[in-house]
Formats: sequence, C-alpha cells, structure tokens
Amino acid sequence: MLETVFNRLFLVTFLASTIRMATPILLAALGEIYTEKSGVLNISLEAQMLTAALAGFIGAYYTQNNWLGLLLGMLAGILISLLFALLTVSLRADQIVVGITLNLFALGLTTFIYRVLFGVAVIPPHVEPMVEVHIPVLSDLPVIGPVLFQQKAVVYLTFLLVPIAHWFLFRTTIGLKIRSVGEYPLAAETVGINVTRTRYLCILLSGLGTGLGGAFLSVGQLARFTDNMTAGRGFIALAIVIFGQWKPYRAALAALIFAAADALQLSLQAVGVQIPSQFLLMLPYGVTVLAMIFVARRATAPAALAQPYVKEG
Amino acid sequence: MFERRAQPHGTLASVILIAASLILALLMGAGLVALAQVSPWEAYRALFYGAFGRIYGLVDTFVKGTPLLLAGLGMVIAFKAKVWNVGAEGQIYIGALFAVWIGLYVGPLPWWLHLPLALLAGALGGGLWGLIPGVLKAYLKVNEVIVTLMLNYIAILFVSWLVHGPMEEPGGFMPQTPRVATTAQLPPLFPPTRLHAGVLVALAAALLVYFLLFHTTLGYRIRAVGAGPKAARFRGIGVERTVVQVMVLSGMLAGLAGANEVLGIHYRLLDGISPGYGFTAMVVALLGKLHPLGVVAASFLFASLSVGADMMQKIVHVPIAISRVIQGLVVLCVLGTEILLLYDLVPLRRLHQRFSSLRFRREG
Repeated sequence: MLETVFNRLFLVTFLASTIRMATPILLAALGEIYTEKSGVLNISLEAQMLTAALAGFIGAYYTQNNWLGLLLGMLAGILISLLFALLTVSLRADQIVVGITLNLFALGLTTFIYRVLFGVAVIPPHVEPMVEVHIPVLSDLPVIGPVLFQQKAVVYLTFLLVPIAHWFLFRTTIGLKIRSVGEYPLAAETVGINVTRTRYLCILLSGLGTGLGGAFLSVGQLARFTDNMTAGRGFIALAIVIFGQWKPYRAALAALIFAAADALQLSLQAVGVQIPSQFLLMLPYGVTVLAMIFVARRATAPAALAQPYVKEG
Repeated sequence: MFERRAQPHGTLASVILIAASLILALLMGAGLVALAQVSPWEAYRALFYGAFGRIYGLVDTFVKGTPLLLAGLGMVIAFKAKVWNVGAEGQIYIGALFAVWIGLYVGPLPWWLHLPLALLAGALGGGLWGLIPGVLKAYLKVNEVIVTLMLNYIAILFVSWLVHGPMEEPGGFMPQTPRVATTAQLPPLFPPTRLHAGVLVALAAALLVYFLLFHTTLGYRIRAVGAGPKAARFRGIGVERTVVQVMVLSGMLAGLAGANEVLGIHYRLLDGISPGYGFTAMVVALLGKLHPLGVVAASFLFASLSVGADMMQKIVHVPIAISRVIQGLVVLCVLGTEILLLYDLVPLRRLHQRFSSLRFRREG
C-alpha cells in the first residue's frame, strides 16, 4: 500500500516538475527558432536568460510584484538581444564570436550587480514564490490534474505559445518572409523584404521570450537569484532547437525530454538514491550530448544560418 | 552607411582600435563602479596599485596569465579553423586530472622524467576531451558549440566526484587528493614567490603555436579550413581530419593549462582548480586577434586586470566580478569597431572630404 502511494507521489512530482522545468528552456528555444529561421545563430541565449533572471529577481524584490519582475526580465532579455543584433546585423561581427563574448560579459555583469545590491548575505534574499493556478474541475482529476492543471500561469502561457509560434511561422506572410530571409537573403531582398529589419525583429522577439524564460527561472521557480543560475540552460535550448528541427511542436517535445532528465535527477536525489550526486547532476548534460549525436545527421539548418548579410553597392 | 574599402586597414589601425576599446571599456567600468557608490578614481588607483604597484601583484599577473595563455593558444588554433571549442574549461579539468594521476601514482621517478611525463599526461587528457567533440563534428556533423559546453559540466562534475570519493586524501578533511610527488611539481623560479616554471612552458608554447600556424602544412590547412571548408576541400585538404586535429591540439593546450595549475600552484586535484580560465581564454584569444603573440599580450593584460580587481575588492569593496565585466566590454568594443578596418564610414569620409577640399581652396 505504502509502496503504491509512494510511487504515485513520485510519478506526479516527477511529471509536474518536468513540465515546470521545460518552461524556461522552451521559451528560449521558441525565440531561437525564429532567430535561426531568419538566418541568425544567437548563442548568447545563456546571456539573455541570466541577465533576465537577475533583472526579474530585482524587479520582483523591489516592487514586491512578481509580474513586474517578469516584465523587467523581458526588458533585460530584449536589451541583451538588442546589443547582439547591433553587433552582428548592423556592425557585421561574427555571430558566434559575439555570442561567446556576450555570455561571458553577462556572467560578470550579473554577478557584479547582484553583489553590489545584495552583498554577501548568510541568508540569501528571496521573493514570494509564484502561486500555482488551479484550473477548475480539470485540476481535480487524479494524476493528470496535479501534473497538467496545477501549474504556474507562465507554464500555461508557454505551452499555449507553441501552436501560435508554429502558426505564425508557417502559415502567415510574415512567417514566410522570415523563413525566406533565412534561406536566401539576397533573393528576399530583391523581392522587397528588408533583411536587416526582419533579422532585428526576430532577434528582439527571441530576447523577449528568452527574457521571460530567464525571469521565470529566478522569480517563478527558485524565488531567488544565484550566480550563474542558468547553468548551461541557454545552450540546452540551442540543442532543443536542433533536436526539434526548427519546428515549435517538436521543440516542445524536445524541451520535455531534456527537462525530464533534469527533473529525474532532482527526484532521485530527493528520494536518496545510492548514486553519487555528481552523476545525477550530469544527467541533463549527458542526455543533451547523446541527443545531439542521435539527430545530427537528420538536422537541416536554414541555408543562410550564421552568415552575415552584406548589402553591397 | 558603410562602404567597403579597396584595401583593409593594417595592423597599426587594429592596435589603435584595441587601445581605444580598452579605454572605452575602462570608462564604462568606471560608470559601473560609480553606480556601486565608490569613487572610480579611488577604485582604479587600487586596481593599478594591485596589478603593478608591488612585486606580489606582478608575480600574480604572471601566475594567473599562464593558464590563460596556454588555454588561449588552444582557442587560437580552434577559432582560426572556425571550430568553436567552448570546452576549454572541461579540457582544463581533465588535463589536471591526468597530470595529477601521473604525479600521484607513477613513480618514484627522477624529476627530469616525472615532470615532463605529468605535463604530457595533462596535454593528453585535454586532447582526449577535445577528441570527442572533434570526431563528432567531423564525421557526424554534430554541433561542437553545444557538445563542448556540455562536456565542461560533465568534466567538472566527474573531477568533483573523484576528489570527494575514490581519489580523496585518506584521513584528510578537505575534498582533495594527496599532494603529488615533488619530482612532478613545476619548480618555483623566484622563491618565496609563487612564480613557477609553468610560465616558461606557456611562452614556449606560444612560439610553437606561432610556428605551427604560419610555417607548417598543418597550420596552412587550419587556416584554409577557417577561410572556407568548401574551398579547402577543392584544394585537396582533408577537412574532417583537420577538424579532428584542431580539436585535439586545442584540447591539449587547455589540458596543459590544467596540468600547469595542479603541478605549479595547488600540487593536488580539488574542486574549482580553474575559476573560469577556460572561458576567459576565449576572449583572450579574440582580443589577441587570434595571433599567438597577440594572445601573450592579451592573457597577461587580462590577468593583471583580475589581479588588480582583487586588490580593488579588498581596498574599496568593489566586487571582483568587475574584472570580468571589463574584459567582456573590451572585447565587445573590439568586435563592434572591427568593421572600421574593412569599411569606411560614409558620413565620416564626407566630412573628411569636405575638410580637405576647404584646405585645398585656402591653399589655392
């Protein structure tokens, strides 16, 4: 009897946290799909997420309002992505090189600002945790209820964004324009599409999504900020884009798989499995490497990905 | 707005832009320091005093610059081929592990055999950790940015497990291995300072990498693959083979940096042997314009910045993370202004033309 209760509880916690933990990386991945579809490889997702996590925490801490925190996080995400767009699209610097540098810069900046504002406290400052929104009726269902319908509002929003992101990218004119810019920018320009503007739009949109994801990490999940708290999630989001073959639905599935690895290691640690914690912590990173090997051959990136567009004449 | 120049600007213009970027970044850093409610003047005085005002600071600059230089050289090789190895941090840890392994469990040996063997093992470990993403990229087209980054976490966690478990010093209180044999340690150069022979290894490596890149066929292949893999293939270059070699060499240099830390500073393996040297090495390589000699200058410059920031934290309580912010800002400024080497800013040229025509009229 106890055994079954324990197992069911374990399963529900594991599945619910999988969905919760998929949320920030899925938000980042959805944005990155748009950026990459427009021909830009933005590996500074980590920088955007981390900066947004701090900005979100600061916003929520000083205003005592988590929603304002999330808003500030989105703004920070946009700001970093604007910097990226300025350097790569307007000033034509190498996208990967800028991405690498921005990640390092953001790591330093967030650590610096956090220290200046909060010092080194014995008990780290925290915000009120966001509350779960129970969907009436549905949340009372056994197993499915607590897993799917007792989540935080941002989680619902994120999964609702998946079909919208798909529809917008593959069924609208703007979506078509974005994809053509990523496949053959010169041809797109000749039919009157502004390549620079399209790429800016996608990069900033990605900054918005990634910013929300980062802010959700600090405000929504941990209710705290810690140095380098993203711990490679921005790069896992990049992996999700490839694993999801630049399609929102598949990216959602991929995000759930990666989050499951993360949630599994947490759940196993919680029940005190006899495996050294370091190996459990390796799980999401190992799964990412294996997944990359598994899909690499089938992955076809947008043709003009990572190539700067130079309008001559 | 921009118009391509017939001839790109030369080295002098490049150096001027870097100097300007450095000044600009220090000014922006001053702004941040002011936000922390500390006088930027006081803060920078502490920084310069810490880095250049005393022997200890100068020594520390060389001590901290050594791993940056070694790993930075590895980044030069990788980035020259446009192979994006962001895994130096993990390669440092595996290199350190291999070096400590030789230092602990192999012997007794005379120092002239033990030390080179330990250094070689370090390079081997890093090279092995680079081989994995290299093979995956070359033959399975797996994105190396993601794989190398993930391997960082795996390496750091693996080393952490070893020093908390199987390799932990018996009867010790700290999660660390016992000390390596003295015959495997890098000897101090000017005791009692921490300066050790590792800095000589790193400088020799810089000369070797320079020779490799510009005077060997492998160097030619590396540069050709970086310039464009398709064109390189047409010229009969084995792109796959080159990519693997690049990743291994790059990892070996990072591994050597790890060996340098454990054989020259800590004399044992423990958590956190690298405070992010593998990441700073990437911006060091970029600031050094992917040239081995540029990287020598950049690594010691960034090392002096972090040594100075340490003093700044002690004297005026500005968080040491400011050094990383300034490092990032310098390279961002360099990246943002590089366009001026290849292109002319049209409004600026108009201004220049108008100015020179005025002068012409006056003279006429």
